[in-house]
Amino acid sequence: MTDMASLMEDRAAAKVISDKMQKPVDWDNPKIARNIKKRYAAERRFKMYGLSAIGIALLVLCVLAGSIGSKGYTAFFQTFVQLEIHFDPAVIDPDGTGDPAVIGRANFDGLVKRALQEKFPDVTARRDKRNLYGIVSGGASYDLRERVLENPSLIGQTRKVWLISGDDFDMLNKGYIDADVDESNRRLNDQEIGWYNTLVSEGVVEKHFHSRFFTSGDSREPELAGIWGAAVGSFYTLLVTLTLSFPIGVLAAIYLEEFAPKNRFTAIVEVNINNLAAVPSIVFGLLGLEVYLNVMHLPRSAPVVGGLTLALMTLPTIIIASRAAIKAVPPSIRQAALGLGASPVQTVTHHVLPLAMPGILTGTIIGMAQALGETAPLLMIGMVAFIVDVPGGALDPATVLPVQIYLWADSPERAFVEKTSAAIMVLLAFLVLMNGFAVYLRKKFERKW
Amino acid sequence: MSLSFLLLAVAALCALSFYFGRQRAVALSGGRHSNLHSLPAHYGTYVALWCGMPALLLLLVWYVFQGSVIEAMIVAELPAEITSDTGQLSLALNSIALIAADNGQHLSVSPEVIDAGRRLANLQSIANASLVVLMLCVAVIGISVSYRKIDPEMRARNNVERISRWMMIACSAIAILSTVGIVFSLLFEALHFFSKINPVEFLFGLEWSPQTAIRADQVASEGAFGAIPLFVGTLLITVIAMCVAVPVGLFSAIYMGEYASSKFRAIAKPALEILAGVPTVVYGFFAALTVAPFLRDNGAILGLDVSSESALAAGLVMGVMIIPFVSSLSDDVMSQVPQSLRDGSYGLGATKSETIRNVIFPAALPGIVGAVLLAVSRAIGETMIVVMAAGLAANMTVNPLQAVTTVTVQIVTLLVGDQEFDSAKTLSAFALGLVLFLVTLGLNVFALKVVQKYREKYD
Repeated sequence: MTDMASLMEDRAAAKVISDKMQKPVDWDNPKIARNIKKRYAAERRFKMYGLSAIGIALLVLCVLAGSIGSKGYTAFFQTFVQLEIHFDPAVIDPDGTGDPAVIGRANFDGLVKRALQEKFPDVTARRDKRNLYGIVSGGASYDLRERVLENPSLIGQTRKVWLISGDDFDMLNKGYIDADVDESNRRLNDQEIGWYNTLVSEGVVEKHFHSRFFTSGDSREPELAGIWGAAVGSFYTLLVTLTLSFPIGVLAAIYLEEFAPKNRFTAIVEVNINNLAAVPSIVFGLLGLEVYLNVMHLPRSAPVVGGLTLALMTLPTIIIASRAAIKAVPPSIRQAALGLGASPVQTVTHHVLPLAMPGILTGTIIGMAQALGETAPLLMIGMVAFIVDVPGGALDPATVLPVQIYLWADSPERAFVEKTSAAIMVLLAFLVLMNGFAVYLRKKFERKW
Repeated sequence: MSLSFLLLAVAALCALSFYFGRQRAVALSGGRHSNLHSLPAHYGTYVALWCGMPALLLLLVWYVFQGSVIEAMIVAELPAEITSDTGQLSLALNSIALIAADNGQHLSVSPEVIDAGRRLANLQSIANASLVVLMLCVAVIGISVSYRKIDPEMRARNNVERISRWMMIACSAIAILSTVGIVFSLLFEALHFFSKINPVEFLFGLEWSPQTAIRADQVASEGAFGAIPLFVGTLLITVIAMCVAVPVGLFSAIYMGEYASSKFRAIAKPALEILAGVPTVVYGFFAALTVAPFLRDNGAILGLDVSSESALAAGLVMGVMIIPFVSSLSDDVMSQVPQSLRDGSYGLGATKSETIRNVIFPAALPGIVGAVLLAVSRAIGETMIVVMAAGLAANMTVNPLQAVTTVTVQIVTLLVGDQEFDSAKTLSAFALGLVLFLVTLGLNVFALKVVQKYREKYD
């Protein structure tokens, strides 16, 4: 407002001067010159505000990406320790049966522990031993079993094997545990750090690409936890969402845009769609909990229920996008088809719909991307359960990527922080892919009529 | 697995019936399509629709009712001492479900419950088998009836189009249905809640501690369900978010719309939109692990006591999330202000910023107010950021450095994990949900009203 005032002042001054002198405005008058300078400064300031607003937003985006990237990239690599494992026949297969069932039951954990003890023979106290075994993850014995089952000739031999390390040693190797901190304030004591240093000096500690992160389900042990289970759960959930919301949304959009008479029913539908688009997502979760679980007794934590809930959420997005796409098809197309004798339904299915399809698909993909990132409603319907197994179908208990992120973010272990960030990176990669595909579709099929 | 198999079977039947219906129409036409009323494909579609639709409808109805019917049958057979107590009943039903799923070996339960579990498994397999048989029967009956109706005189196209029109109407009605579903499911449980807790106490009470209500030794005391601290916390975080989102969003909209070159726009606009596409759980993680510690450490340097779950961290990050929302809405509104107003202002000698502030902004104000109201409603309903970054304790404070809790946080904490639908603790989540729904709905309706009522007409 001050600028308007100064503009007025400016004009008033000019008027006074011109009235007095009966001459054109004297722009060289220092008062006016000062005022103009002030106004131009205000203009530059205002422009700077705008630019810095955008700058702030983009800066936050960069900080967000940077903090997640810097925290998460280490999760794609995992510390491995090389140990000399003696595949003792007395432990693995004492009777020499060669039966996979017998080998499968064998105490491979014992082999790992023995190897660790041989490496550090002076460790005798019970508690120290337990710490010592923490160097190697509890999952290493499963890897050994796989190895032996795959190749039974290993039995009786002694091999150098890379074993997955425990999460604390992984953190130490990645530099997240500061050895200079007071002993009582860190996860590992001096003795454990001493073992680590010994192992490093022997060159038997290495970081390898952590493929398990992409192939396994959830686990209580950070080094064994992976996102495959959540990814499959997300896939089934989105599949259910898509198969429901796409046909329903497109049919509703066609009806509202092409056939609906202007009556009360149509008006109510329109109002409802607009309101549903603005309902908080958690309310959909409450709806899902009450209707699907309490009334219909569908299985808890199942992708079916998640998909049904998300379908209701994405429906408004798809309907609104599809209506816009259908509206963009020029009336002349319809008139030509009708003029040639096509029925209204034929006009729509043969002409309008194919022309509107790229727009509809773009809207659908964007809706699916939203559904993929949605967390809150799924918490309501029990998809937060701790599930180790990779779901085999839409009725099995499962979790989804964003909920997995939420669960890991809540875990106290330091190693889960990097897992969480890495899972976020994977989720964002999927979202970028989907949105990129939507943009590509729009660019490729965009038509000017 | 049997469900997807069933759906595949019905789909295959539909495809087959389409083929045979079409073949029959072609055969009846005697080789001349002009003898037929409709195209052969219409006859095929007619048969396929009559095969698929009744079967799918049956499936839907079946799944809506199967669970509750079977449960009623099981409960009817349980001894009275279990069914009389709702808590015990839900416990028994859980173990019955586990036994039925063959996971209950470790449970130590009464023989009645074990029997009931076996019966449940039995009933479920009967129900599944009869569903399959019934669906296939319905599909086959549909095929045979409609197949026999095929006749060159039959108006297959009109029939198919009528059916498809009704299908479209049904799909549109789902929007109404889901609103009705939301309202009823919230109302039903909320009324349940209000029969235990006085609504006045809920809406105006100053203390919120629902957790006390479930302790066995405190059955008599109801806990405290005064939601005012939650409303204050929600409001506090919303205000902080708006303090970030409104200025930044508005100024970036102004810069994009009025100053930026098209090249700059082409890069900056999608970049801003990325902020809107980031999932909220990511913002929550960012708020909890980056922003909150940053604020706490810097607050400590300044001598301020910042809680590690401060309202400030959640509010700031939520504000960032809402920036693109505010900016794209107000960009739309401001670009609708006609060029003639700008030209008039420039003609009077106003600078660009003077034009924006004194001409465009007032003209676009109703739309901007609408946009801000929509943003507020979004901030109130936002869940994940506050769940991860805000606290659980219901503090009555307007100090942004302290931890507060919000309505959505409480809904999540009350409903995640074990739920007992007879305790006021669980039910209060639905009452909160109802409040949330009504407030956001009211804000949206109000925003639209503001926009419509005060919109300047320039034509």
